[in-house]
Amino acid sequence: MFSYLRQLFSSLFHRAQLDADLDEELRAHIARHADDLQRSGLPRSEAERQARIAFGSPGKAKEQCREQLPAFWLETLYADIRFGLRMLRKNPTFTTTAILTLALGIGANTAIFQLLDAIRLRTLPVQDPQQLAEIRIIGGNNGLGINEQYGQLTRPLWQALREHQQSFSDVLAWGVNQRYIGQGADMRRFKGLWVTGNFFQILGVQPWRGRLLLPEDASSCPITHAVVSYGYWQNVLGGRDLSEGIKFVADGDLVEVVGVTPPKFFGVVVGDYFDIALPFCVPPGGLQRNLFDVSVMGRLKPHSTVSSASAELAALSPGLFEATAPPGYGPDDTKTYKNFRLAVYPAAVGVSELRQYDRSLYLLLGITGLVLLIACANLANLMLARASARQSEIAVRLALGATRARVIRQLLLESALLAAVGAAIGVGLAQVLGRLLIREISTQENHVSLVLVADWCVLLFVSTATVLTCIVFGTAPALRATSTQPLDAMKSGGRVSAGHDRLTFQQFMTVTQIAISLVLLVGALLFVRSFRNLMTMDPGMRERGVTAAFLGFWQSHIPKERWLEFRHELLQQVQAVPGVLSAANTTNVPLSGQSWSHSVQVGSHQDPSKFTWVSADYFTTMGIPIRQGRAFSPEDTASSPRVAVVNATFVRNFFGDANPIGQTLRTIAEPDYPSTVYQIVGVIPDTRYSALREPIPPMAFAPATQCPSPGPWTAVMIHSNIPTATVAAAAKARLKEKYPDVLAEFFDFQAGIQDSLIEERLMATFSGFFGVLAALLTMIGVYGVISYLVAARRNEIGIRMALGATRLNVVSLFLRQALLALALGILIGTLLALVATRGAATLLYGLHPNDPLTFIVAIALLIFIALLGSLLAARRAATIDPMIALRYE
Amino acid sequence: MSTQADLLPGTLDLLILKAVSLGSLHGYGILLRIEQISRGALLIEQGALYPALFRLVRQGLLKASWGTSDNNRRAKYYELTSAGRKRLREEHEGWNRLVAAMGSALAAEPEQS
Repeated sequence: MFSYLRQLFSSLFHRAQLDADLDEELRAHIARHADDLQRSGLPRSEAERQARIAFGSPGKAKEQCREQLPAFWLETLYADIRFGLRMLRKNPTFTTTAILTLALGIGANTAIFQLLDAIRLRTLPVQDPQQLAEIRIIGGNNGLGINEQYGQLTRPLWQALREHQQSFSDVLAWGVNQRYIGQGADMRRFKGLWVTGNFFQILGVQPWRGRLLLPEDASSCPITHAVVSYGYWQNVLGGRDLSEGIKFVADGDLVEVVGVTPPKFFGVVVGDYFDIALPFCVPPGGLQRNLFDVSVMGRLKPHSTVSSASAELAALSPGLFEATAPPGYGPDDTKTYKNFRLAVYPAAVGVSELRQYDRSLYLLLGITGLVLLIACANLANLMLARASARQSEIAVRLALGATRARVIRQLLLESALLAAVGAAIGVGLAQVLGRLLIREISTQENHVSLVLVADWCVLLFVSTATVLTCIVFGTAPALRATSTQPLDAMKSGGRVSAGHDRLTFQQFMTVTQIAISLVLLVGALLFVRSFRNLMTMDPGMRERGVTAAFLGFWQSHIPKERWLEFRHELLQQVQAVPGVLSAANTTNVPLSGQSWSHSVQVGSHQDPSKFTWVSADYFTTMGIPIRQGRAFSPEDTASSPRVAVVNATFVRNFFGDANPIGQTLRTIAEPDYPSTVYQIVGVIPDTRYSALREPIPPMAFAPATQCPSPGPWTAVMIHSNIPTATVAAAAKARLKEKYPDVLAEFFDFQAGIQDSLIEERLMATFSGFFGVLAALLTMIGVYGVISYLVAARRNEIGIRMALGATRLNVVSLFLRQALLALALGILIGTLLALVATRGAATLLYGLHPNDPLTFIVAIALLIFIALLGSLLAARRAATIDPMIALRYE
Repeated sequence: MSTQADLLPGTLDLLILKAVSLGSLHGYGILLRIEQISRGALLIEQGALYPALFRLVRQGLLKASWGTSDNNRRAKYYELTSAGRKRLREEHEGWNRLVAAMGSALAAEPEQS
């Protein structure tokens, strides 16, 4: 070992000396041979010549000696790297382009795939997730009853299931909700995960600190124990020791924190997180039968499968639903309920509302894949052009005694260097892009927390793809070059006069690039236009200058009979805030994703209709004009006849062309909402209800004073001429002063609407970005190919110009070449685009996927870009001085 | 019938060691001596000589030193080290064994039934 190191040092430092020694020795050898030959009668010069020929290449011999030095590989590596760097620096455009191409290709692909993986493929961080299965109603519950997020079944159903089922070792139920921690006006939101007592046991989650919830914790109300998530424990509770006894009021109950879940446990909703886990308990009044607020999961017994469990539950269903039917519904609804059937579904990957982004993300993945393809094609072209241009250089090196292996190794190193730098930047870019993507799909309310683990699998795949391209196309032509005789290569001066095969390969690449770019440009334009359509869509009501507020007063100990009145008091307080032009109570904030409907009967026609209870100033506040009849007034009180205002779709649906004013509608009975007859007193134009993209449903409004079942809360829409933040602060202060127990939350209405367009914004932003990228890459690609052609045919250009061709002639010569590739590429691209965009039809709004205008603009853009690239390259051809070109060998 | 034999790979080293064992030589001299002791049947490719010498020196089988040659030119002379002598002996014995084995194998007659 020591001797090796010693030799390493000596060979490094004494290289020059060793070299000189060897040189002298070889010269002496040849001289001696020449002497001998001279002695046998040859003249000196002839003798020397023959001696030299007999010896062969002294350079080669020296090289072979040097190869044996221990530090040789180090030296050559170092030398090759330096040489490679120098070559790369000499061609800054090429280098930057190649690196950027690599970085963007690798970075974008990795980021998107990582995100998809996190949202879709990550299995639950629990024990044996493949044994878990979810129980749902086949086809859903049709909106019957009250539905919470992820609410598939009711708790009475879960209880009945637990008693009777046989296929699972046990079943658990869970629900998520945002509730409040603390009391009064200081209440703060937290994301709660409500679970049955056996939740953590069945999932096999181990506590990080303390213990997790047990069945005993869920035995009776009120609950006294809670478990917090690792994130909440660290960030909000400061990582305090649990033995101190951490207590707070969560959703009205005083609880103590008994444990912390592990950092990796995010619950069962992928892409989401929870703060506090609380046990379900059975309230003294019993469980509500029409509240679908839980998801049910279980661990299959060893011999059960998803299908066998489904069969068992389907058989149990009639009995279960019969026993748990909620009272207070009409005969039709009850019959629907009793006809529900249960089935079992695999649950290893958890649930996610982010799955709705699936389509978008897969599309984005497809897009980035295509960009990667373009990037590789670009790289291939660039590398090929460069390597071919270096043929003469390679020939010279071979003649000087470099071994083939050495030359190839050096080229490989150069390509690898390029690839390494590009890949490194790409990896960094992947992180940045990934974070950007997550920020794009988060909203002001719903902060997406995903752990983007650096996915080595993806990185490896993408890096390999691009790096391989780099290396293969960088070395392949060189390999060919080293196998020809150096003399031939030098004579042709590295020119490619009749290299047909190489040329058409590059043209093939260019055509591919152009075709793919067209597809991407069309896609980008479609998504951008679709997004714009949505952003500029008129929701039918006032957007700007509107603040939405949520006021909750369940902490204020106000008796139920006074709730309606109290709502009005709160409204008056808000109306008195300076800067508020008008304000109104409502039971539903538009475009917030919430929905409330009743089955409505007009004559013999029965259909669902949305129902919202609003105070008198609602339509003025929201800027909705009254088309017919009147709006609500202070005369519409709790004791006056029931009246309603309906929208145009309602009229169309139930009355056709007839005048609805004065007609009546009847609501079908539901728990807490007895059947009521309303007289229609006004008609408003259509407005959007819960989502911009949804077709406008029939809507009915009733006066807030006539609301049959008010809750201890109200939503307030505020129209003001000052910014939301100011209004919110002022209103909050005012309310806190008078009613310190009331919770008050505010958010900007327009911002909320824009938040609901995340998916579209995502697609527009990213497809737009990639479209531009693709176009840029194509332009560079075309520029590269034409430049190469110009360089290769320099001699010919010189001759033409000497014979009288003008610059224009020369330029158009090359443009014609580009035109062919362009035409072909556009043709193929159009066909591909026509097919590919069909898949995105559902994501587009207001646009047909084969929208002609979009296609025309995209084609025009691409033609412009390609021509620009070729023009820039061909211009260089025209600036060649014929004399220099002719002399150029 | 050609009087020149092809050099089996690996035998160059053995020949060099043998040549040097007969007296220290410079590179060109080694070339001549090999030619001489093989009676002209083995011709060494000149370019391959020096890398081989270099290798043998690094392996510690030869020792190189600068001196002056007959016509007053500076030359690098090579001589065997003790390790080299040992190696030469071993290789020689091994070669003889090989030759004997090959010889008897190739002299085998078809079996007399």
